[in-house]
Amino acid sequence: MFTTFRRLSLTVLAGTAALALAALPGSAQDHPDKIKIGYAVSKTGANAGGAAMTTIPNYKLWLSDLEAKGGLEMPDGTKIPVELIEYDDRSSAEEVVRAVERLAGQDEAHFILPPWGTGFNLAVAPLFDRYGYPQLAVSAVTDKAPDFVKRWPKSFWFLGGGHDYTNALATLLADQVKAGVINPKVAMISVADGFGIDLVTAARPSFKEAGLDVVMDQTYPVGTQDFTTILNEAKASGADTFVAFSYPPGTFALTQQAQVNSFNPKVLYLGVGVGFPPYGANLGEKAEGIMTLGGIDPANESNKAYRERHNEVNGQYPDLWGSVITYASLQMLEEAIKRVGLDREAVSKELSTGTFETVLGETSLEDNQLRDLWFVGQWQNGTLAGVAPADRKGASDAKLPKQPW
Amino acid sequence: MITAFSFAALAAVFAALAAAPFFLGTYGIGFLLGLVGYVTLASAWALFSGPTRYVSLATVAFFGIGAYTVAVLYETLPSWLVLVVAALIGLFVALLVGLSTLRLAGVYFVIFTFGLAELIRQLVTWYEVNVTGTLGRYLFVDYGPEVVYWKLLALCAVTLAIGYFIKRSRWGLALKMIGDDEVVAEHCGLPTARVKLALFAASSVIITLVGAIQAPRWTYIEPTIVFNPTISFLTLIMALLGGAGRLWGPVVGAVPLFLLFEWLSANFPDHYSIILGLLFIAIVFVLPNGVLGFFEEHWNRLRARGSAGRTELSQDREAG
Repeated sequence: MFTTFRRLSLTVLAGTAALALAALPGSAQDHPDKIKIGYAVSKTGANAGGAAMTTIPNYKLWLSDLEAKGGLEMPDGTKIPVELIEYDDRSSAEEVVRAVERLAGQDEAHFILPPWGTGFNLAVAPLFDRYGYPQLAVSAVTDKAPDFVKRWPKSFWFLGGGHDYTNALATLLADQVKAGVINPKVAMISVADGFGIDLVTAARPSFKEAGLDVVMDQTYPVGTQDFTTILNEAKASGADTFVAFSYPPGTFALTQQAQVNSFNPKVLYLGVGVGFPPYGANLGEKAEGIMTLGGIDPANESNKAYRERHNEVNGQYPDLWGSVITYASLQMLEEAIKRVGLDREAVSKELSTGTFETVLGETSLEDNQLRDLWFVGQWQNGTLAGVAPADRKGASDAKLPKQPW
Repeated sequence: MITAFSFAALAAVFAALAAAPFFLGTYGIGFLLGLVGYVTLASAWALFSGPTRYVSLATVAFFGIGAYTVAVLYETLPSWLVLVVAALIGLFVALLVGLSTLRLAGVYFVIFTFGLAELIRQLVTWYEVNVTGTLGRYLFVDYGPEVVYWKLLALCAVTLAIGYFIKRSRWGLALKMIGDDEVVAEHCGLPTARVKLALFAASSVIITLVGAIQAPRWTYIEPTIVFNPTISFLTLIMALLGGAGRLWGPVVGAVPLFLLFEWLSANFPDHYSIILGLLFIAIVFVLPNGVLGFFEEHWNRLRARGSAGRTELSQDREAG
């Protein structure tokens, strides 16, 4: 009764080729006809916005790439078409857990792609572990990744933790203070949400260690639209640096009201949303100098090509933080399968120890975590360039102070 | 009247359900777990709201309290004690809320209970932001979903038993009267406030326990995750579909609806919400008295063809 699942069969293009190969003696006889790839992600509900920006378009892009290639390549060169099984977790933790149970237990998916968000990735982590699926958690910022890797050895964490981002920002600011560009005072606000709280909790010690003086530290509730009072207070605090660990739509409201109130800090750092392509497109020249989490290497050609293909397939450019990493994680999965086949244990081991050529360049994991990341990005010449860590290959120089609106 | 035979049949059903994890895969267990969870929630909700007709949207407030208590205490206390503490906190909040609000009637009560869930969510958020400095809590347990399932199943049996004994007792009679006409009940000398309070507390404690038992399913606890208002609405619609005034009503409502949700999410993940909305409208229009009420009404009509006099009586009762 519950077996007629909605399935989007991707291609039979390679079917004929695969059959021809299968007919040859000694080749590909134990391969399945199709490789089932499943995922449950928030297509509706509170998490839909984030999932529709960072996760779903990249899954679609990867699947369409696979379709064009004729499927996933096996170690013997056989290409097997992919069958997609897709569920909507409706932004409910119980639903995402059950959907993954369904994917693993009922649909017997060969591989399962992770959901969007820190909480949901953690909710399904014990299941991925129990069934032995590698979990390539991208849209999860957590300082506890090393603990999680010990607990769930097949889990992989790609986006770093709160401290990584705030330490990088603190270092950058401290250097600017030393250079005499800005004063050491920082005004800081954060949204009372998982993201804002994690980052501000990490930022306090980071800033203190870097010798910065936090003169304002406020939290605002989710859904705040009027930031006039906060901005006035920040202006009055005399701080050259304004840091907001904000979330959309707060980030957009802050940007707009900073212009209206002619609030011109020398460093303007805002949270999630600054890396969305429409942000730069809408602000144009005015975006120049604004800082945030993430970024890309503007000189990386494969990243450029990836951005164009993302636009072709999805009708929108990817965001400049998590998207490219989501796609890179999928490329790693594809390559690992090509090297060792469908054995999930072997694939996990390969992901853990192997080195891969992805849109990020040469990529490998340390202790199951991607550590080679852009922690601070700045809008420069119409793109969000990665500026910290400054010693990373391809890093752009931070351009400060930010010019007034 | 439940005879010895029906008791035996019931015991057999529960025994079969308890043995199910040995024969099912994780998906099957997860499915049954969700099902029993909602049956318990709907039955607990109907315990109070069925007879009194006070529509409560506070389900998720208590559910979330239970889940949070476990997230805070699971490392420091043995698991049975955590459940006891959760139940006590649920009881305390229910008494506090009950004392201050059960004199509200009708739509005011609905609005208040809806607000309560949001209030508690904001309080927890405020506390986590300002005192602990972290919003998410990790909840690692070393047992699998089958243990969660067995605990829920036991709670479900207890809930149904409580419902059964209340119906048989003088309390049940008192509640029926309050539901039919509170003013009359008061004038007959019923301590209406106390009866309602006791029932509200019992129902809330059970709901708190459901949250506490289910929390380990998610590994990560956050206010937005455990105070999800959908839980309140689903519980309500399940109880209403079956018929909130009857002992088996919530079960009759929860089982088919849960099956339907599962079927819809598996087969129509993109149209789930639309189909669900249409269904809710259909339920309210076609089955305003619930499935059991619907059947009872038709049964009465059939019988009434024999004696015209009884029709009016039974229809009066339905309308009242």
